[in-house]
Amino acid sequence: MATQTSAASSDFIKNLGRMYGTYTGGFIGFIILLAIFEQVGVPNKVLGYLFVGFTILVYAVIGVMTRTAQISEYYVAGRRVPAFYNGMATGADWMSAASFVGMAGTLFLLGYDGLTWVLGWTGGYVLVAILIGPYLRKFGAYTVPDFMSFRFGGNFARGIAVAVLVCCSFTYVTAQVYGTGIIASRFLGMSFEIAVFAGLAGILLCSMLGGMRAVTWTQIAQYIVLIIAYLTPIVILSTKRYGIPIPELTYGNAIAEITAREQQLVATGLATAAALKPHIQPFINYSPLNFFAIMFCMMVGTASLPHILMRYFTTPTVREARQSVAWSLFFIFLLYFSAPAYAAFSKLEVYTNIIGRDLTQVRPWLFQWGELGLIQICGKNAVSIDAIVAACKAIAGHPGVVRLQDFVINTDVIVLSTPEIAGLPYVISGLVAAGGLAAALSTADGLLLAIANALSHDVYYKMLDPSAPTIRRLTVARVLLFFVAVAAAATAATKPGDILAMVGWAFSLAMAGNFPALVMGIWWKRTTAAGAIAGMLAGFGIALFYLVVSRYFPGFGVKYAGMTSLLNPVTGAPVVDIVKAMAAPNAMEAFPTLAHPLANKVGWFNLNNIAAGLLGVPVGFATIIIVSLMGKEPSKEMQAYVDEIRKPRGRTVLEEKT
Amino acid sequence: MLTHLGLWVFFGYIIHMFVVPLNKITIPILNFPLGFYMAAQGSLIVFVVMLFMFAKQQDRIDREYGVAEDD
Repeated sequence: MATQTSAASSDFIKNLGRMYGTYTGGFIGFIILLAIFEQVGVPNKVLGYLFVGFTILVYAVIGVMTRTAQISEYYVAGRRVPAFYNGMATGADWMSAASFVGMAGTLFLLGYDGLTWVLGWTGGYVLVAILIGPYLRKFGAYTVPDFMSFRFGGNFARGIAVAVLVCCSFTYVTAQVYGTGIIASRFLGMSFEIAVFAGLAGILLCSMLGGMRAVTWTQIAQYIVLIIAYLTPIVILSTKRYGIPIPELTYGNAIAEITAREQQLVATGLATAAALKPHIQPFINYSPLNFFAIMFCMMVGTASLPHILMRYFTTPTVREARQSVAWSLFFIFLLYFSAPAYAAFSKLEVYTNIIGRDLTQVRPWLFQWGELGLIQICGKNAVSIDAIVAACKAIAGHPGVVRLQDFVINTDVIVLSTPEIAGLPYVISGLVAAGGLAAALSTADGLLLAIANALSHDVYYKMLDPSAPTIRRLTVARVLLFFVAVAAAATAATKPGDILAMVGWAFSLAMAGNFPALVMGIWWKRTTAAGAIAGMLAGFGIALFYLVVSRYFPGFGVKYAGMTSLLNPVTGAPVVDIVKAMAAPNAMEAFPTLAHPLANKVGWFNLNNIAAGLLGVPVGFATIIIVSLMGKEPSKEMQAYVDEIRKPRGRTVLEEKT
Repeated sequence: MLTHLGLWVFFGYIIHMFVVPLNKITIPILNFPLGFYMAAQGSLIVFVVMLFMFAKQQDRIDREYGVAEDD
C-alpha cells in the first residue's frame, strides 16, 4: 500500500501513529485504573460517570485542539487525512448505536435472517469503491449536492440533492441522539431528556469549532474506544468457555450447542415447535425476497449516503481514497463479524441457564434489566424472584420452570448485559457503555456535519450569497450546526420510537434519490441534467410514496393504490386479514400508531417497506435513461469533465476558493 | 471492474441462495454450518480482500495508462 513519500507527510503520519498509540495506551491504562477503583470499593455509579465523563472530555479536547478558521479544513479536513486513519474515522462514522447495540440483538432474535443486515451494511462499500467514491474525490466537491449541481446544470439539481440529503440524514441523526439518550439514561440513571441534551452538548463540542477536521480526528479516537469496548467482553467469554480468545472462531461451537439445545427444548416441552425459531434456519423471519431486498437496499443505500461519501473527500489523493474505502471496510468488518458471536453466546446462556431453570433459581443479573422493563417473565417485569413466581402462578397450568414463551428480552439488553453474563467486573460494563456512546456520538457528528455543511455551503453560499467572505461562511456553518443539533435533540426527546425502521427508511430514501443520479452521472456521459433531475424526483418520489402510504395511510394504500397484505414468510399466509381490517371503523385512519392493523403490514409484491428503495432505484435509472435520450446530449465541455473525473491525475475538476 | 462487481453479486447474493444445501456441510473444527458461515463471515472476508486488491489493481491500470497521480 503506497503512502506519500514526501518528507513532511510521512512525518505527519508517524506523528499520528505516535499520538493515537499514546491515546490507546492511555485509554487501556484508564480502564485498568478504574478496575482497581472497583476492587477498592468505589461505587458503580461513580465508575459509570467517570467512564463516560472522561471519554467525552477527551473527545472535546480533541475537538478544541483541531479548531480551524480555514474553509477547506472545515469542510474537507484540508484533504490531508491518510487512508488508514480515514478508514478508522469512516468506521466510527458508520457504526452507530444501531450497529453497536442493536446488531447483536437483531441477530439474537432473527438468527440467520439477521445476517441480511450484516451483509447489507458491509457489501455496500464495494459499490462505493468501484462506482462512486474515488470519482467524487477527483471531482473535488465539498458536498454531494456540489457534484450534482455541477454535473446536472445548476441550482435546481443542487436543491433536490440537498432535500434528499437533509431528509435522510435528519432521520438518521435523530435516531442517534435518541440512542445516546437511551444509553446514558439506562446506564447512568440520568433522566432521558437530560441525557439527550448532554449527548447533544458532547456532539457540539466535538464538531463546532473544527468542522470536518475536528470530526475526523475525534472519530478516530472514538473508533479506538468502541472497538476495544466491543471486543473485550466476547474475547473474555470465549476464553472462559472454550479456552481460545478468538470469539469469531469459537462461536461456531456455540451455534452447534444452541442447535442441540433447541431440539432438547422441544423434546422436553419447554418450547413448542411452532414458537421456536431455530437459530441457523434461513428465511423464517424474512421471506427470501425480503431477505435479498433488504440486503440490496442496505448495500446500495451505503453507497448513497452523503455523510459516508463525504468521508472520502478528505484523503490527499484519489489513490488514497480507494485505499481508504478498503480500510474502512476492514475496520467495520472487525465489528460486524463479531456481532453474531455476541448473539450466539447470549442465546446459549439464555437457552441453557434461563430456560428450563426453576423459577426460584433465576439468576440475579436479570433483575437489574427487569427493573427497567427490558426483561419480562410470564408477562411481568422480572424484578425479583417473588415477582416472577407470582406472575407465572397466574398462568394456568404453569410448570414452575421458565419456558421459552415465558421469556421476553429487549434486544438492546444483549450487548449491554453480556459482561454480566460472563461474570465480569462492572468496569467492563462501563467500558461497553462508553463504546456505545462513542459509536452514537461519532455517527451523529458525521450526520450533523453533512446537514450543516450542505445548508451552509450549498444553500447559503452557493444559492443565496456567493460573495460571502470566509468568516461569514464559517459562522453560518457553525450556527446552522447548532440549530440542526438542537432540532434533532428536541425530536429525539419526544421518543419517536420506530428507530430501526427510521434508519432503514433513511437508507431507502437516500438510495432512491442519489444512487441512480450519481452512478449515471459518473459513468454515462450522455446523462443530461433534465434526465438526472427527473430520475431523482421519480426514484425518491416513489420510494417516499411507498413508505409514507404503507406506514401512515395504509387504508388509502389498500383502497386506492392496490396494496395487499404482507405474507408470513413461513406459512405464506397474509399477516393481516384485509377484508376485516378494511371493514373496521379505523380503516382509513391517517397517521395511525403502530397498533393499527394495517400500518407497516401492507404493500406491493409482498415487499416490506424497509426495502422501498428496491422500487425507487430501477425507476430512477429507467427515468434517467429515457429522459436523457429524449433530450440533446450534454455539451462537449461537460463530457470532457466526465472523462476527467475518471483519471486520478491532475487538478480537481472543481476548484474551491479556500 | 466488472470482475469485481461480478464477485460482489456472487458473494452478496448468489451464494446465499444456496444456504439451505450449504448448511448441510459443517466446517470441521470450527463447527459452523457452511451456509451460515458464508453469510456471517465468509462473504465479508471476500469483500475486504476484494477491496484491497481492487485498489492495487486499479492503481496499476492507472499507471499503465499514464493517468495515475504522482507519488
